[in-house]
Amino acid sequence: MFELLSSMRFAISLLSILAVASIIGTVLKQAEPYSNYLIQFGPFWFETYEKLGLYDVYHAAWFLVILTFLVVSTSVCIYRNAPNFAREMKSFRENVSEQSLNAFKHKHEAATAHAPAALAASAQHYLEGQGYKVRILPREEGVLLAAKAGSWNRLGYFLAHSAIVMICIGGLIDGNLVFKAQQLLGYKKIETRDIPQSQVPEISRLSPSNLSFRGSVQIPEGSSADVVFLNVANGYLVQDLPFTVALKQFRIEHYTTGQPKNFESDLEIFDRSGKKIREATIAVNHPLIQDGIAIYQASFADGGTRLSLRGWNLFAPTASPFPIEGTVHQNATLTSAAGDYTLEFTDFRPFNIENMGGDDATTASTMSVFGGSPVSDKKHLRNVGPSFQYKLRDTRGQAHEFSNYMLPLELDGRWYMMSGVRDAPNEAFRYIRMPLDADGNIETFMRLRGALLNPEWRHEIAANFARQALPSNASDPDIEGKLTNSAIQVLALFDKGGFQTLGQFIEDKVPAAEREKAAGTYLRILELTAFEALKIANRQARLPPPKVDDATGWLVRDTLNSLSDLFVYGAPIYLQLMHYDEVKASGLQLTRSPGKNVVYLGSFLLTLGVFFMLFVRERRVWLRIKPGHALLAMSSAKHTIDFEKEFAQHVQALDTLAR
Amino acid sequence: MELALLHPPTPLLKRLSWFDWLFAVIVASSGLFALSRFGEFMDPYEKGILLAAIPSVAAFGWFWKSFRPLFIIVGAVSLFAISQYQGNLARMDEAFFLKYLISSQAAIMWMCALFGLATVTYWAGLLTRSEFTMKTATAMTWSAVTLGFIGLMVRWYESYLIGADVGHIPVSNLYEVFVLFCLITAMLYLYYEARYQTRQMGAFVLLVISAAVGFILWYALDRGAHEIQPLVPALKSWWMKLHVPANFIGYGSFSISAMLGAAYLLAQRGILASRLPKLEVIDDVMYKSIAIGFAFFTIATILGAMWAAEAWGGYWSWDPKETWALIVWLNYAAWLHIRLVKGLRGPMLAWWALGGLIVTTFAFLGVNMFLSGLHSYGTL
Repeated sequence: MFELLSSMRFAISLLSILAVASIIGTVLKQAEPYSNYLIQFGPFWFETYEKLGLYDVYHAAWFLVILTFLVVSTSVCIYRNAPNFAREMKSFRENVSEQSLNAFKHKHEAATAHAPAALAASAQHYLEGQGYKVRILPREEGVLLAAKAGSWNRLGYFLAHSAIVMICIGGLIDGNLVFKAQQLLGYKKIETRDIPQSQVPEISRLSPSNLSFRGSVQIPEGSSADVVFLNVANGYLVQDLPFTVALKQFRIEHYTTGQPKNFESDLEIFDRSGKKIREATIAVNHPLIQDGIAIYQASFADGGTRLSLRGWNLFAPTASPFPIEGTVHQNATLTSAAGDYTLEFTDFRPFNIENMGGDDATTASTMSVFGGSPVSDKKHLRNVGPSFQYKLRDTRGQAHEFSNYMLPLELDGRWYMMSGVRDAPNEAFRYIRMPLDADGNIETFMRLRGALLNPEWRHEIAANFARQALPSNASDPDIEGKLTNSAIQVLALFDKGGFQTLGQFIEDKVPAAEREKAAGTYLRILELTAFEALKIANRQARLPPPKVDDATGWLVRDTLNSLSDLFVYGAPIYLQLMHYDEVKASGLQLTRSPGKNVVYLGSFLLTLGVFFMLFVRERRVWLRIKPGHALLAMSSAKHTIDFEKEFAQHVQALDTLAR
Repeated sequence: MELALLHPPTPLLKRLSWFDWLFAVIVASSGLFALSRFGEFMDPYEKGILLAAIPSVAAFGWFWKSFRPLFIIVGAVSLFAISQYQGNLARMDEAFFLKYLISSQAAIMWMCALFGLATVTYWAGLLTRSEFTMKTATAMTWSAVTLGFIGLMVRWYESYLIGADVGHIPVSNLYEVFVLFCLITAMLYLYYEARYQTRQMGAFVLLVISAAVGFILWYALDRGAHEIQPLVPALKSWWMKLHVPANFIGYGSFSISAMLGAAYLLAQRGILASRLPKLEVIDDVMYKSIAIGFAFFTIATILGAMWAAEAWGGYWSWDPKETWALIVWLNYAAWLHIRLVKGLRGPMLAWWALGGLIVTTFAFLGVNMFLSGLHSYGTL
């Protein structure tokens, strides 16, 4: 057993197994929410992998067993070799017999006229010049000169291997072994419920005296925290801190291109009694150490920005908004005839850097590279202003997620309010664009939308359209009546589901050959009636009639497109952001790792050891001198080219000295 | 001759020539000049690194004499390039020298071309057994290294011209470190070439450099990766100046050992055997290369852990890059154990060194391409 543990084959097998085992954790994403794994692998493999601990390989029991074997094997190896190596380092191996020297592969004999003592003295002088330690011993009919160099190689072995043990032990101290043991014995349990931190029971809390931990917490500006959360398996633990961290302010600095340059948090630390201990600013790469706990800037998020919104009822025939107040990370209720909706405000972003130039702007021509400009042309990147996200959940619990921009965006030379919608978090947002009027407001769009959806006005709109459609000198009540009816029909169809229902109607009723023409006609009718609707809506709102120009034409067309899209928007309201009062939150990571210094010391020793082992060559030289005859022998653990060269040099030196 | 042999080696300081001392003075004065001129952009740690670099660079020049002219030429030409800029980035397209020779991108492209030529020339020399052709290839490799370093130095300066807050040492993304990889690999090779008095291995080593050059060209031409980007907050640290170069000494050495492994295996089968150095020489350089690489990779990984402790809140997070660094380390640790303790030589270790290139390449490039993690600073 002892033999096996310290054998080279075992050590190399362990290194290989450790390498292969480590690969698993890099291929399979670690510490994801368990639901993701379930979706990815299906119930059977999910459970199998869970049992194998593949979701947290590096803390799995079997992985720790491999590491333990590595530590044990290395320790046994040191234990077995250290005494021997220490002796070797000191020893000059002066007991070597002449016979065994003769059996050396690297040996050389020379005849000499010098007295043994004299030759030994000159050889000693020579070898010491070459960095050897030399001892001269009297032997039968002459002397034995024993020399050694590079003994530190052995020390290197000792340092490097103890370092590995130290690093592993340091790592284990900082690991979660203590918790694992407590969990196994039933003293501690992982919390999996989503409940307020204060309600987490004692069994899922770790005391401030906990030896080591690495947890995170999000603190909104103006708030504080005295716990951090440790993610474990499919749940979490609450780690109580020996102090309270308060966030005064969180800042993001940007480069001119819009990329983030720096994240900073102004913190205040209070002791448990509420007395302020210190104030400090932390940033990425600049943590704060308090009571042996390092506080890092890890992430940021919204900390509950207050939003002032206008709600537009999209399917009501009116055009008056209603005010809503909301706070990010909180919910609001919207009452409607169809039941209550829950508004869940999920995020707010003060900046959105978007690529407005398309991909063609980045294509580099060959010449521009050789001509040489490493200066990036990022003019197409633009900040398009704040946006906020929310989910709208109906009474059945079904939800769509929305992302609305506060400021309008210019697309194809015209300005729009943008609202994105998606059904699942892994989808991209689909955007509807609501056109702005000449004053840059959304009101005209809303007014026209209301008028088009108002069944009471439909007849008047249609009639006005019919009157306008016919030349004034050719008024014919019959045709006018028909046109009115057609217009009413088109409006009613559009009201049911936009272009979709209109298209469906044409497909059902019109022979294939005439569909294209019919569609053109219907579209024309729709656009003209919409213009009439706008006139009526303006009149009702006591506004001047719309101008007859290109802009109004586009506005009407865009409104119709947008209205048609609203049928698949997924929500009966549109929320327009008017004001906000931003509150940011800083994501902090707090770490206590007493093993760190052990690991660092181990690392230092490892570096020293590796250098000694690889770059210090251990060599031994013996010179057995008898009257008239000298025998040179040399040995080394590694027979490299350098060794051969050195031996050749010693041979030459001996020949010279012996002469 | 005989007397010289018997005398102990002259102490280092007495062995130094006037040029060595001149070199040390130049290194010290350029270091101090950089400190006084650009000190305002450095934090105390960076100033410390600069000051520590002065004796290190001087000692390195004393140890490897060929480094002295390289340092002086790179420094002088870089200063000339900087003076040509006159503080105005637009001069890049106007000033003749900048436009065609020594603006960062032009210099790097020259480096690429010269490495390509050197590869072809080394092979031509190897196949025709022409010593002169080989010497030409060596000269080309030296020129490529010179221009590459000038390119990086000028790029460093250009980044500050884009914006004082944008400026940073050019080892921050995949494009920049690929240039660094080419340079370090070539320098290591040039050292062995002089040390072993054999140019034949260049044909093999330059192949891996050419592959990297191919990547650089694709990355710049197709992806526009040569653009200087500002640093993400996590990279804004003095650790970068130590961690990245140390890592690339490791990667470069491992690559050389892999190419020599290939040369060994070919020669052993009688292919090119008469043209390549003796198997023992190839084997010895392969071992030396892995030894240097392993030592520096150890240092680089430790420095990386220390940086991670400051930036990510833990010295070891089992992030894919960290884990693959460990795998690379374990791989070469096993290689060294077999070689040093078992005393094994020959084709098995050559195959292993060659296979090590796959592991190293994956750690260097594959992790960025296929795996996601904290260390994703260069994506494809």
